[in-house]
Amino acid sequence: MDFINAILVLLNYTIIPALTYGSQLALGAIFVTLIYGILRFANFATGDMMSFGTMFAVLLTYYFQSLGINLGIFPTALITIPLATFMMILYMLSIDKFVFEYYRIKKSPPVQLAMVSVGVMFVTQAIIRIIIGPADRTFLDGEKFILKASEFKEMTGLNEGLTIKSTQAITIVITMIVVSIMFWFLNKTKTGTSMRAYSDNEDLALLSGIDPKKVVLITWIIAGILATIGGVLYGIDKSYRPFVYFNNMLPIFAAAIVGGIGNPFGAFLGGYVIAFAEIFLTYAYKKFFTYILPESLEPNSMMQILSTDYKFAVSFSILVIVLLFRPSGIFKGKTL
Amino acid sequence: MRQYTNVITAYLIMFTLIILVGIFQSWSIALTILNYCLISAVMTIGANIQWGYAGLINFGIMGYTALGGLAVVLVSVAPVEEAWRVGGVNMMICLGVIIGIVFSIRFTLKKIAKSKNRNYLVAAIIIIGVLLLQLISAPAIEKIEAVEPAKTGFLGGLGLPVLFSWIAGAFLAGGLAFVVGKVALGLRADYLAIATLLIAEIVVSIIKHEDWLARGVKNVIGLKRPAPYEINLQQSPWFIDLVEKFHSGKLALINSVSEKQEVLNQLVIDASSVYVKLCFTGLFLTVVIILLIVTQKALYSPWGRMMRAIRDNEEAAGAMGKNVVKQHLLIFILGSAIVGIAGAMMVTNDGLFTPGSYRPMRYTFVIWVMVIVGGTGNNFGAILGGFVVWFLWVEAAPIALFFINLFTAHLPETNEIRVHLINSAPYFRFLVIGTALLVIMRFRPQGILPEKIIKN
Repeated sequence: MDFINAILVLLNYTIIPALTYGSQLALGAIFVTLIYGILRFANFATGDMMSFGTMFAVLLTYYFQSLGINLGIFPTALITIPLATFMMILYMLSIDKFVFEYYRIKKSPPVQLAMVSVGVMFVTQAIIRIIIGPADRTFLDGEKFILKASEFKEMTGLNEGLTIKSTQAITIVITMIVVSIMFWFLNKTKTGTSMRAYSDNEDLALLSGIDPKKVVLITWIIAGILATIGGVLYGIDKSYRPFVYFNNMLPIFAAAIVGGIGNPFGAFLGGYVIAFAEIFLTYAYKKFFTYILPESLEPNSMMQILSTDYKFAVSFSILVIVLLFRPSGIFKGKTL
Repeated sequence: MRQYTNVITAYLIMFTLIILVGIFQSWSIALTILNYCLISAVMTIGANIQWGYAGLINFGIMGYTALGGLAVVLVSVAPVEEAWRVGGVNMMICLGVIIGIVFSIRFTLKKIAKSKNRNYLVAAIIIIGVLLLQLISAPAIEKIEAVEPAKTGFLGGLGLPVLFSWIAGAFLAGGLAFVVGKVALGLRADYLAIATLLIAEIVVSIIKHEDWLARGVKNVIGLKRPAPYEINLQQSPWFIDLVEKFHSGKLALINSVSEKQEVLNQLVIDASSVYVKLCFTGLFLTVVIILLIVTQKALYSPWGRMMRAIRDNEEAAGAMGKNVVKQHLLIFILGSAIVGIAGAMMVTNDGLFTPGSYRPMRYTFVIWVMVIVGGTGNNFGAILGGFVVWFLWVEAAPIALFFINLFTAHLPETNEIRVHLINSAPYFRFLVIGTALLVIMRFRPQGILPEKIIKN
């Protein structure tokens, strides 16, 4: 019985939150990797682009709520995703048109494009803050829990309850759907294949008649979908605050590089690697060990490897280690 | 002379703008802006050495700035004896353990041939070392942080004059740069950017959360100053005399004695803040001029030519027998050390150390915008960039407010859009900076004052 309790503790406080956080990171990391693989630059505006899409979702949620439209037990934010994604794609395409296209045609070095993306980051942050302000906003409505701890305890008679928040379930399910569709698209359709070809060898791809404009357009569209969904899922699970989204860029970059930048499947796994490492290394295992060890061996300390203050530092350290020993990422394989 | 005309014009325009701020807003604000411009200029000199001379991309400027700031605390604050008594020994042992770990790893790497076993050994040393550190430091940290937590709760510093900390800041930042450079300099440009960005983030999070070191997010206030305090100035007779002489014309117009005294008091208060800022300006200007002379000499020396050669074509420079790796490391350390000086200068200027305020937007990306807008590879350009961008950063909000008021003048005072725009005026600085960067990158990628290569 104690063993099941111990497992429940782990599920509750580490595994389910890590899966949720990992899904959110994974979507962002695939976004980074796509841009890196096809447009060939590190996009420092990643976090703010996600924030931009989420901003529309927040505003539309408020608007729908004022109209009385809702999804019952599901968060209203879900119906705003298509519209928000549309706005996001429009924004990305116009940014590409006015900013990135010039450097792409000129074949500027990647560093210059990265620098330009810093400019885009500043402008995007400004637009977001001017429109919605820097404050913290929650826009989650509907049913908060799928399974409450008290109900679970009653059902099973165990000491520990299992809590599943609806946002956690929604995040994981939607991520799986979006990512599977995306992989199907990249691997099975003709457009997807042409994107992979373009990423592998631009000159050969052009030679075989692939239209670079179309590839770039599709890339931004997919990027827009990923960015908005990733941002909205993070927003309903935690809350929406522009500064936090900017900061999230860092673990997202870590996930993309850990998975091998340019490799979407690696980025997808990288998100979970980072999330699990962050949460496992900063969780206090005291309760877990009290269940599992005999009473005489019960720990006095918190049994915490690192303080939670260092959550971010964990992912960065992993990244630095990976960069040093295996710069191509831990998941080897074909890129894109 | 002709080749310097654009430099002189650009700087003249810049100083006119600052003087205009002095006339229209106040001299105190103008001097604050000028001081921060000078600090930014030091940072841009550092970043320009790395990016402009050697083509190394360092997105970790925030980390070195924070270390420079930390140096001020560690050097100038008086030691907290109580804390040293309860935890000093343990912390010293910890320092010894860290040194031990480093040396034993070095020893292992040198003596044992590359193999799987060696990797395991290194990992074992690190894990045992970290556990040992936790074991020794945990009780000490608890005790140190319990010493008057509202006021101290940290070990304090050495109690030396604050100017020493500028040098200490350079050494701390240079030391970090040595480690980072050893580890990360082999990476490709955009990987290096991301790695340095994240390492800086780690450094700042350590400073933020290790309260025994510098109080963490509880901040250290009331740091020493290399300039007199306003309150002392306001009471010293020579200063009051000086102000009286300076404003004698204005004071002579006032007849009543009590009124005269009141006006004089107000003038003395204003003048004291201006005087203190002028002292700082003098110090900062000295640093900027020394750095400018040294970097300018270096740029046009054989060493500078070699750095440019390495930047423009690494392979060719390597083929000519230049040690590219070593030179990259050297320039990474030099640039970072200069940024460390700037970090120490800034904390000295503010008189307080607030680790929570170190954010990559303000301390990394804005500095990069300065270097790129000003002119990479040209020291005068980089410094000008520091001035222009900092000026925009500070003055963007008032200017935006002016335009918002102009364009929404026909709307009633309570109009929602107008109120919202007025409230978000501070955020226009991001817009201005971002647009400036994009415009410069597009239409004048070499910056306002482009790099000049003197051929002889």
